[in-house]
Amino acid sequence: MSSTEYVSSDLTPELTKVRDEIRKYAEGFGLDFFEVIFEMVDHEQINSLAALGGFPVRYPHWRFGMDYDQLSKGYTWGLQKIYEMVINTNPSYAYLMKSNNLVDQKLVMAHVFGHVDFFKNNYWFSKTNRKMLDSMANHAVKIRNFMDRYGQDKVENFIDNCLAVENLIDPYLPFSLPKRREPKQSEEAEANKAVEPGRIRTQRQYMDHYINPPEFLEEQKKRLEQQARKNKKNPSEPQKDILAFMLENAPLEQWEHDVLSIVRDEAYYFAPQAQTKIMNEGWASYWHAKIMTQKALKDSEVIDFCDHHAGTMAMQPGRINPYKVGIELFRDIEERWDRGKFGKEYEECDDMVANAKWDRKLGLGRQKIFEVRRVCNDVTFIDEYLTEEFVDRFKLYTYAFNRRTNQYEIADRDFKKVKEKLLFQLTNLGQPFVYVTDGNFQNKGELLLWHKHQGLDLDVRWSRETMRALSELWKRPINVETEVDGQKKLFSYQNGEFSEKFL
Amino acid sequence: MIYNIKRDHARFRSIVKGKIKQDLKKYVTHGEMIGRKGKDLVTIPLPQIEIPHFRFGDKEQGGVGQGDGKAGDPVGAGDPQQGEGQAGNQSGNHMLEVELTLQELAEILGQQLELPKIEPRGHKTLKSKTERYTGIANQGPNSLRHFKRTFRETLRRQIASGIYNPDNPVIIPIRKDMRYRSWKTDVRHENNAVIVYMMDVSGSMGDEQKEIVRTEAFWIDTWLRSQYKGIETRYIIHDATAREVDEDTFFRTRESGGTLISSAYKLCEKIIETDYPPSDWNIYPFHFSDGDNWSGEDTRLCLDILEKNLLPVCNVFCYGQVESRYGSGQFYKDLKEHFGNEHGAVILSKIENKEGILQSIKDFLGKGK
Repeated sequence: MSSTEYVSSDLTPELTKVRDEIRKYAEGFGLDFFEVIFEMVDHEQINSLAALGGFPVRYPHWRFGMDYDQLSKGYTWGLQKIYEMVINTNPSYAYLMKSNNLVDQKLVMAHVFGHVDFFKNNYWFSKTNRKMLDSMANHAVKIRNFMDRYGQDKVENFIDNCLAVENLIDPYLPFSLPKRREPKQSEEAEANKAVEPGRIRTQRQYMDHYINPPEFLEEQKKRLEQQARKNKKNPSEPQKDILAFMLENAPLEQWEHDVLSIVRDEAYYFAPQAQTKIMNEGWASYWHAKIMTQKALKDSEVIDFCDHHAGTMAMQPGRINPYKVGIELFRDIEERWDRGKFGKEYEECDDMVANAKWDRKLGLGRQKIFEVRRVCNDVTFIDEYLTEEFVDRFKLYTYAFNRRTNQYEIADRDFKKVKEKLLFQLTNLGQPFVYVTDGNFQNKGELLLWHKHQGLDLDVRWSRETMRALSELWKRPINVETEVDGQKKLFSYQNGEFSEKFL
Repeated sequence: MIYNIKRDHARFRSIVKGKIKQDLKKYVTHGEMIGRKGKDLVTIPLPQIEIPHFRFGDKEQGGVGQGDGKAGDPVGAGDPQQGEGQAGNQSGNHMLEVELTLQELAEILGQQLELPKIEPRGHKTLKSKTERYTGIANQGPNSLRHFKRTFRETLRRQIASGIYNPDNPVIIPIRKDMRYRSWKTDVRHENNAVIVYMMDVSGSMGDEQKEIVRTEAFWIDTWLRSQYKGIETRYIIHDATAREVDEDTFFRTRESGGTLISSAYKLCEKIIETDYPPSDWNIYPFHFSDGDNWSGEDTRLCLDILEKNLLPVCNVFCYGQVESRYGSGQFYKDLKEHFGNEHGAVILSKIENKEGILQSIKDFLGKGK
């Protein structure tokens, strides 16, 4: 786009001073972050950036335009406003809205330093590509070239199909040990095995009958056969990273392969942000509040700060605000570890009064929250640190849909239920666990997926559409093993036809 | 920084409008945001395209919330899982649809039917001048002095030159500090247009026929509104006599009796004569009927009024004949016979059924007049 007017995105001298000040405070509190480059943008720019996931250059795709549509309408009608954006790169780029007033900018900068500290130190971000800005731009160039060569519609349609499966990855994969390949046995040993499968060798012939009784040999034989059959299967174990399986096994053209791997790369890049939403926002909010209230805030700014802060923390009925839950949990942890409210002795104390007054003056809180921010993700965060007192204090409840009244209703305030539900929503980002179990189903080259049923059924309509997209990639029929109303079922998608049958 | 977002946005809009990538159409959901415009609540259409994923059934899931209430209390209306927009907890208020949907509709219509842009009759363009105080000038009459800006200039100068003393904050403007409001003259070209709808409501026009007229009138209205700034509509119904009615009545009335088309034309002529001098207005009379007229004599009278009084002042005169079981359709033939196929200012169209509406609109508006 050719723009003749020069728009400076640098911080003003005044804001540069503010930044340096805030940075000093942040460092003083022990935050440890990448270099942060702040850029000033107007609402148009920040809406575009937000739609593009924070990256100025992405490949062309309508969904970015869709997000932009929503953001800019929301902004125009005063329903929502983005104060800031920061991306996980080194150095980190943070975008500040030009129209923010000074106290907002202060708050936002403090918030940004919190985020960047989290990006840098949280374990789940440790495998992300910190040069993603360049990679995104490269992806954009690649895909634009494909579009020039093969046509925009064709490439975009393919991307659409890839996006339908972009969540079928395994966020834990980057952290698992590389697969150990079974050492190939020599042919001799193989031949040996064929004669006497599973026989334990012994020098003492007379003991053989006892060491290798016939039933034992029989069992061994069965086991080995099973093993052999399993080894032949591809994948040998159910594999959660279906995109990787596709990349290795689907009959894709070179450009399709490239596009799919781009979509997969970006999905893995964004995965930790989804995995740590509550923590990340909680951590950044904790620090903006701390820095502002203890250091940076001037008397004249108190009201504006409180207004903005309260707006961010506000909870609406029926929805969990990650900022609020996150900040409060961090504060709760800090307080508990400061007062020694943990461990066997505390857990076993039944006296409510003693519990409430409990204070061992340990002062371990600060240290503890830094540890938590290093090792946890949302699931472990909630699992480990959500307490009954916390659920009580913040009036958390579970809700469910009541078919009779056709509305959502509060179901329960029981601590266990709330925690369970929350964890369920966070585990695998609240999405179904789907694995690929066979790339040669029924020996016809069909794909067999397996939905690990954990109480909730798949949405049939969306499953059908997802399977359609999958079949575009796999180019052969797609099958999904699942459960509907407690009955095992097999969904199949073949030549544009969807069918289901009981197993 | 380079932003492609406009292109992505345009592409998204095209998909939503169904112009490209038809197969995505089924994923389009028509959500809305609730905004505020002055006192009114407005809904802002928010089309979204959902990319399919494996996911759980919608309603089964439930979730965790926060707030007061006991088990069994509703969690507030709407779907608590979806993000933006406040759920309709203010349902008592009147909601308006906003966004220029009509403008967009007109665009789609224009593109679908390949309608040409209408060329307004050049010399009949209205010019109006308005003066608006939009700027600031260094010179001006004292009565237009801009106190705030002057004050600011002075303050700035005093601070910059070090004269300003916060303990004794006296601000003294000098000539150079003075600021005045200044105005700009806007010349606006206005093309005004009036549509006069005439409909035969005699006994032979049934509900189905009226539905067709109504639909067609809506689209014509939409298109012409996209072409002209100020547009007025007048409605005339007639059987043996004609009278002017409001929009609502126009579409709802069912009368019976005979048909004297000339009565409507006479009334139309009168309306134009009194309210819409042709030098200032683009005039579009539309007449819908089932084609039955009382007598050949009246038809002759109609043709006479048309030729002598209406056609000279109108951009174009449109006659749409709605097929009906009772109508003879004679009037269409008479008009056609008289004016022929290629008469520049008369457009005739037959609407056989609802499917015929589009073609008929194209007949009427396809000439760009």
